[in-house]
Parts: sequence; structure tokens; C-alpha cells
Amino acid sequence: MHLSVEDFQAIALTLQLASVTTVLLLLLATPVAWWLAHTHSAWRTPVASLVALPLVLPPTVLGFYLLVALGPNGPIGQFTQWAGWGTLAFSFWGLVLGSVVYSLPFAVQPLVNAFEAMGSRPMEVAATLRASKWDAFFTVAVPLAKPGFVMAAMLSFAHTVGEFGVVLMIGGNIPDKTRVVSTQIYGHVEAMAYSQAHGLAGVMLVFSFVVLLGLSWFNRSAQQRKKVSA
Amino acid sequence: MNIHLQLDMARADFDVSVDVQLPAHGITVIFGTSGCGKTTLLRCVAGLEPSARGVVQLGHEVWQDDAQAVRLPAHQRALGYVFQEASLFDHLDVAGNLAYGHTRAEKQSRNAMSQAVVQQTIELLGIGHLLKRRSHELSGGERQRVAIARALVTQPRLLLLDEPLAALDHARKQEVLPWLEKLRDDLNIPMLYVTHAVDEVARLADTLVVMNEGRVQANGPVAEVLTQANLPVVVGDDAGALLTGVVLNIDTQWHLAQIGFAGGVLWVRDSGLVVGQTVRLRVLARDVSVTLHEATHTSIQNHVPCVVDAITQDAHPSQVLLRLRCGDTVLLARVTARGVHDLGLQVGMPAWAQVKSVALVK
Repeated sequence: MHLSVEDFQAIALTLQLASVTTVLLLLLATPVAWWLAHTHSAWRTPVASLVALPLVLPPTVLGFYLLVALGPNGPIGQFTQWAGWGTLAFSFWGLVLGSVVYSLPFAVQPLVNAFEAMGSRPMEVAATLRASKWDAFFTVAVPLAKPGFVMAAMLSFAHTVGEFGVVLMIGGNIPDKTRVVSTQIYGHVEAMAYSQAHGLAGVMLVFSFVVLLGLSWFNRSAQQRKKVSA
Repeated sequence: MNIHLQLDMARADFDVSVDVQLPAHGITVIFGTSGCGKTTLLRCVAGLEPSARGVVQLGHEVWQDDAQAVRLPAHQRALGYVFQEASLFDHLDVAGNLAYGHTRAEKQSRNAMSQAVVQQTIELLGIGHLLKRRSHELSGGERQRVAIARALVTQPRLLLLDEPLAALDHARKQEVLPWLEKLRDDLNIPMLYVTHAVDEVARLADTLVVMNEGRVQANGPVAEVLTQANLPVVVGDDAGALLTGVVLNIDTQWHLAQIGFAGGVLWVRDSGLVVGQTVRLRVLARDVSVTLHEATHTSIQNHVPCVVDAITQDAHPSQVLLRLRCGDTVLLARVTARGVHDLGLQVGMPAWAQVKSVALVK
């Protein structure tokens, strides 16, 4: 098994994309999940469905709409041009945006579950112990929801590493710029370079297995901790 | 100094609407059946119910007065809250739980609270050996003691306790109760204590507030409220009087102690009492019967002269509840309606209360 320079470039870009996406997703998903877990608003169900949409939508459909939106005449494209950033289609940040949208449900759902399991009591207790809402959020809610945050981060990262359709639609598979592992494999197969495809595919297989193994270990130990404290 | 609570809050089943003045010392027990709105009232006082409107005032300190657009958020009210489940923070050990409120209260009051307060509270509740433990390494009773300590180290001006014993079994309850009595006797913090358990009322209450469907039915010193003849229906089988007395004498031969109270004396089982000690006695209405003359040929030891103060219909038509005034003390007697008719008992008549059994609540 021999990986070429392009293969390593694709791996590096993939890890970079997944890292940036994960950080941004946690920042975005936390307030969304908090709102979903606590609100009684009539908007809850529509918003929850909207967030879950990438789960069922074909990646090409998502990629198509994003491409249109990011393009020179799309709303996002017009904004980025106005801001002086050019258009994001076929760029790394375009991929980041696509990945954030595509992996949003994988970050939001574990956090909603964690916040719901926690209930409102810890925040009330913190308030009676003189903690303001923000203080209580960072010193009580975040530590108590830690398993949810870990799960959300791992799923977001792994799911971003594994995406293909959206990346192909809005990234264009440009070497060292938007060519990630999954599109690189696609290229190898198209070029009938099966042995190279094998190499990268093997790397992805091992990576995915390790992530899933890590997740289930983490889940089991979190559940055991819960059982002991119950 | 008084605690003034005037609160209104709409609920799905009924509206909670309360307007009471409570003494700002000792334990005020808010008593009522489950779902009568007593926990909601406590949450309103703490500022945990955003839709509650009205006044929460502690002496001159106003925590809420919606008419004046005053409304401190929960975290700015100098209170301690003990929830039914201890609700300790799982991610912190006992010391961390105590420090959480203490450091924040210190910051808020802008002056250094002595660390001695923490040390005293730890000693007061006997949790010194638990400081390094996590919540799941504690028994139910220990958890609740830590929760009480956690509330106390913020040096609250008012301590709110929401059925702190309800989630504990009998043995654990007996473990925590003495600590609560100690708080009442050693600290000068007024407490609002929500419960539906009559034995906790008898043991802890100085003031009693009886609630039903969101309204206050009665409010006053515990001995008075417990013997209001219109209320015992709420208390049911446990209807009875609460007496405070002093140990006068010990009969070592028969293992009895003589207790003097405002209105007479009673003999109770001697459980290691000391002459001069103050005790609380509970005399259940079902253990009291009435004779017109002092009975002599009876095994019952306790006969107290009294005057019939009120005769009320009880829950069952065969029974009536008699309110008997013995000096400054009131006893309740649950007797048959036929018995009252046969004796020709009427309000104002002198009689003798025969007390079959007396329970020492402390």
C-alpha cells in the first residue's frame, strides 16, 4: 500500500476541514440545542425538522442549493462579494459552510438529548446558589452535558470526514484546495487506479471503525457512571 | 420583622393566590395535601416562577413588588433552597458543592464571608468526613444534609425547604430530623418548610400555614392552628393537639415522667427525660375521651379538667370533634355523636378529658 503526495494532501485537507467544521458546529449547535431542549414555542417542531433535514435530503440536493446560494447571484454569494471575500463556491470555506449545514443534525441531536436528560433542576439549583444564567450555563450545564458535547464532536468530525456528495457539488474536487479523501478515492476509481483507491479506502475504513469503537466505549462508560450515581 | 407574601399565579388546575404575614423567625411549616400549591408558593418566593405576580418582602428588603416593577431574579435573592431530591451537582464533590454557592454569595455581598461559616456549617450538619465524596457515594440522608449545608453556606436571609424528607425512607428521615431541629434552635434564619407529613409539623413547626387548592386556610402559631376545629378534616386520622410542657417529675418505680403544661399535667412514658427539660407532646384526638366527673375506677392515668369549647361534625356522621379548653391549652377529642348526646354535652360545660396516650415528639 503506497499513498501518493496527493493522497496525503487530501488527508490533511480532510482533517483540517473536519476540525474547523466541528469547532464551528459546536458553537452553532449549542444555542440551537439549548433552545430546542427548553422552549415551549410553537416554532420548536418546525425548527427541529429543519435542523434534521440534512439527514434525509440527498447530499446532491443540499449541494445544489448551496451551490446556487454561494454563486455570484445567490444570496450568500452576493453577501460575500459585498464583504469583499469573492464567492465561496469551489473554495475551502465553501466546503466548511456546506459541511456545517450537512452535519448540523449530528451535532444538535446529542446536545438536545443531553440538555433534556439534565432537566431544568440543575439550573434552578444554581440560581438559588447565586449563579446568573450565563454563569450557571458554563459551570453547571456544560460540565453536566459533557458526554453530549463529546458525542456531538465525534459524530460531527466523523460525518464531515465521510461526506462526499455535498463536497463534490460545491467543492469541485480541486487538488490541494477542495479535494478531500472521499473525492480523491472517487478520482482514483475513475482513473482505474485501484491499488491507490485501496490504500485510501483502507485508511477511511480503519478511521471510521476506530471512531465508532471509541464512541461505544465512551457511551458505555458514561452509562455506567450514570448507573452508579442513580 | 415580618415576611410578607402576596402572590398570585395561574395554574392549569387552579390559581395559587396567597396573602400572608409570617414571623421572620423559627420554622413556618406550609402544610397541605399533594398538589395544593404549596411547592408552587415556595418556588414563587424563590423567584423560580416567572409568571408569579405580587409581593415578596422580608422586613424592609423587597425581593419582588410587581406594582413597583421590582423583581429580583432568583440568583439575587439572599435565600437558600433545599429541593425534595437533594439535587447535588454530580460533577463536583461535596466540598465543591459547598464552595459553589459560598464563593458566589461572597462575591455578591462584596465583603469577605468568613471561611468559618463553612466550617461551622460542616460541623453543624456533621458532614466533615464526606467532603471528598461525590453525590453517588452518599446515602440519601447524607445527600440531603449536604444539600442543606450547601444552602446554608450562602448565609441566606431565608431558608426554603421543599419536602426535604419526602424522598427518604423512615430510618433516613429519623437521621435527618434532628439536624433540622438543630438548625431551628442554633441558627437565626427563618425557614419556610413545605410538607404533607403531620409528624414533621408536630416536630418542627413554630408557625403553621394550612393550604388547600392554592389558598391559605389557616395561619398562626402551630398549637392554635392544629386545634382549630374546622381544620382537622384536612389532618384526618392524625387530628390532635400539640402541647409544649416542662418535665416536672420522674417516677422511677413506674418509669413515668410528669409533664406540666399551661392547663394541667400529664404522665408520659419516661424515655430518659430530665427534670426541667422542655418537651413537645402530641395528643391525638382519637386518644382523648370525655367524662362529666373525674373517673376513678379506670386504668387511664391522665385526667385533665376542661371546658367544652366547641362541638363540630367530623368527617363521618357518627363522630364529632370536641374542642376542649384546659386553662390556656386546647385539646381535641374525637368521640361518637351518640356519646355526646347521652352525656348531654354542650358548649361551655365543664368536663374531664381522659387521655389514653401521649406521644413525645421530641
